[in-house]
Amino acid sequence: MTLHAALFRFGLGPRLGEAPSPSGAQAAVLAQLSRSTTLPAAADLPSAAEGVAQLMATRSQISTANRNQQQPVRFSGPSRTSLRELAHRVELARTSETPLHERLALHWTNHFALTRAGTSGYFAGAMEREAIRPHMLGHFHAMLRGCTTHPAMLFFLNNVSSYGPNSADGQRRQRGLNENLGRELLELHTLGVDGGYTQADVLEVARILTGWTVHVESGAREQRIGFDPAMHEPGARTVLGKRYPEGGAAQLEALLADLARHPATARHVTRRLVRHFIGDTAPPALAQGLAALFLRTDGDLGAVTRALLEHPASWSTPRLKARPPVELVFSAARMLDAPSRPAPRRSMLAMGQAWQDAPSPAGWPEADDAWVAPDSVKTRLDWALQLAAALDPLPDARPLAERAFGDALSPQTRQAIQRAEGGRQAMTLLLMSPEFQRR
Amino acid sequence: MTHLIGRRLALAGLGTLFGWGFAPRLSSAASSRDPRLLVLVLRGGLDSLAAVPPLGDPAFDSARQAPELRAAGATTPLGGIFALNRNMPRLAALYAQRQALVVHAVASPYRGRSHFDGQDLLECGYPDLVTGSRTGWLNRALALLPRGDRLPAPKGLAIAATVPLIMRGAVPVETWQRQVFRYADDDTIARLLDLYEARDPALAEALRTGAALDSASMRPAADDGADPSPNTPRADFAADATAAARFMARPDGPRVAAISYGGWDTHADQGSVSGRLGRNLAALDQALGALADGLAPVWADTVVAVVTEFGRTVRVNGTRGTDHGVGTMALLLGGAVRGGRVLADWPGLGQQQLLEGRDLAPTTDIRAVMKGVLAEHLGLDDARLGTEIFPQSAALRPLRNLIG
Repeated sequence: MTLHAALFRFGLGPRLGEAPSPSGAQAAVLAQLSRSTTLPAAADLPSAAEGVAQLMATRSQISTANRNQQQPVRFSGPSRTSLRELAHRVELARTSETPLHERLALHWTNHFALTRAGTSGYFAGAMEREAIRPHMLGHFHAMLRGCTTHPAMLFFLNNVSSYGPNSADGQRRQRGLNENLGRELLELHTLGVDGGYTQADVLEVARILTGWTVHVESGAREQRIGFDPAMHEPGARTVLGKRYPEGGAAQLEALLADLARHPATARHVTRRLVRHFIGDTAPPALAQGLAALFLRTDGDLGAVTRALLEHPASWSTPRLKARPPVELVFSAARMLDAPSRPAPRRSMLAMGQAWQDAPSPAGWPEADDAWVAPDSVKTRLDWALQLAAALDPLPDARPLAERAFGDALSPQTRQAIQRAEGGRQAMTLLLMSPEFQRR
Repeated sequence: MTHLIGRRLALAGLGTLFGWGFAPRLSSAASSRDPRLLVLVLRGGLDSLAAVPPLGDPAFDSARQAPELRAAGATTPLGGIFALNRNMPRLAALYAQRQALVVHAVASPYRGRSHFDGQDLLECGYPDLVTGSRTGWLNRALALLPRGDRLPAPKGLAIAATVPLIMRGAVPVETWQRQVFRYADDDTIARLLDLYEARDPALAEALRTGAALDSASMRPAADDGADPSPNTPRADFAADATAAARFMARPDGPRVAAISYGGWDTHADQGSVSGRLGRNLAALDQALGALADGLAPVWADTVVAVVTEFGRTVRVNGTRGTDHGVGTMALLLGGAVRGGRVLADWPGLGQQQLLEGRDLAPTTDIRAVMKGVLAEHLGLDDARLGTEIFPQSAALRPLRNLIG
């Protein structure tokens, strides 16, 4: 039980050749809390600023082609960037010595979920590296600030083109407000839908957010990402009964500081965290305790995560949560040394979880049985079979199952693997076993 | 091992053993009707003023500022003050044949502006949001369907990887979506089923049904190595509709199904005629056409309902899009529909007539529309519609004369 929870509930399963010890399993997870969660820069993955440059280059290519009345340029969008980002995450999953960090990254990128359609795809990976990973064991406020003002989020929720109707540019260009980011900031990222805010609050937050933008039009400009006072709605605002005096960029800073330490935020954020890692049957006291700790520590996610890992219920709650496709793909890469076929992107799409492309800003579903549906389960089997068919060399599934699942390996699964008609079928059954599919 | 061989033989006939062989006929002894109902949920909030613009409302131009909808050829007149977006020629043809009905200025009881809550309320059919475990009204309706003699309970179908809320509940629901892998062989399925039956009944049930659906889809597995791009999902509308029609047209096929289509949350640059929303409406139109074609043999006894969680702001926002609103529209199509009409107690688009000064004011509750369909098409009785299907809605009378 402890070994399985350490490997699967808080990690991505065993690495190929790894023989984790059941007695040290919990300590090995806790030890990861003192490691840095920041990733070193990778040469082929764009930062936010490089994403802007890429986007501008694409736009300029298109407009040149249009000017010359050539055939329209085929606009490939950010899909190549997204593919490289995925390859990078699969490689991390395969080799990481801190798989807990990879799982935290999956959780927090789902908390601040993006969909890839359109421009935000140039920046989704950058947002994870720049705004999420450095703060996963730091302060929630820093993550919230980073994500809210990141080009990925500004593009995704239309804030780049939200103008204060009374701002200089809003008046000059006759443009106005877009309330999309304001709403999701309150509903999904901080207070939660039951957090006690009104439509008037949403509009006020949208006004505070005006000016936070990304400029991608050609021509010289000192600053492309960040706060542009010419788009900002002037004046004081009132949110949740509190007055925020006019202060340009400082108005948002003040609002985010308050939202990050609001009791509704503490409740919403910790509830989602517990639901992701432990599932629907976690005792309510666990999330309540974490919410209180969140408030006491001003949103210290390191302390909150440690408390989650040290709580006995985190290790004893029965493993009922069906793992989402992204975990299966990452886990298989880790356990089987990154088979490249079937391709990870295609696999995730087929199993219903397109990479960096959540169905809505609310992210992927978290209910224990959200993925237990006929098509989803059958496609998992088709995926596992194709994966096992392509493995070369093919590892022996029998000792692998013993190492991976420890005392959680059921006699029935052991027998099914032993009696398989061949090594590839045995590997398929291992990948499809309840021990691999649920955590 | 002998039981495995037995299983393998059984699995050769998966389609009949686990599939539609058990599916119900809904017809009662007294009637020769065999009704089918398919609900399409448009997720994101459809802009009804772009799909079926009330061009004859004197306040339309000042309220909406949408000259593109005024351009020659941008719309087809539907009679009265309403017109239909030019991207929906199949719908226009069905309307002309009196097989399509528009209900305008509708809304669920939801008055907030969250997609997720709005969809929850639309799908669960309760008067207010509730937390905790919920079921969907379509599933509760399935549970009350009149049964044929000596036949097991009916099942629902969802064209999706997982069951959407509208279809969640006590009645078993099968899910199916287009496939990109080679299908697993029957022997591996049988062995895994054995393991799941011993260890994990929920996974067993899901796998058994998934395998039966693949087998019944009669569609060769794609194995061309092509990488389907999530950037171009719109062609998939028609593909999903074609598959749903294929399942439902079978004599032993499911009688009630749900499909969801996304992409309606048009906050910026929505392009109602020749832009993004125009293309999405065209894709929806192709899907409606695919349903009419695929269900042709049973079209006379079919209702397709198109619903969405809410409408959008009447005014265009600062980014040439529209934000979350309230009043929207619903569509009913099919040979069983008394179509060729736009039903609306039209509230008007004058500034004083808008809800909260910004939204199309709803005058028809979507539950009244669906109660009318369930009563007239599926034969459910009013009392249970007001208590079990749409709880606490007894005072809300079903809309009559929609079907027949």
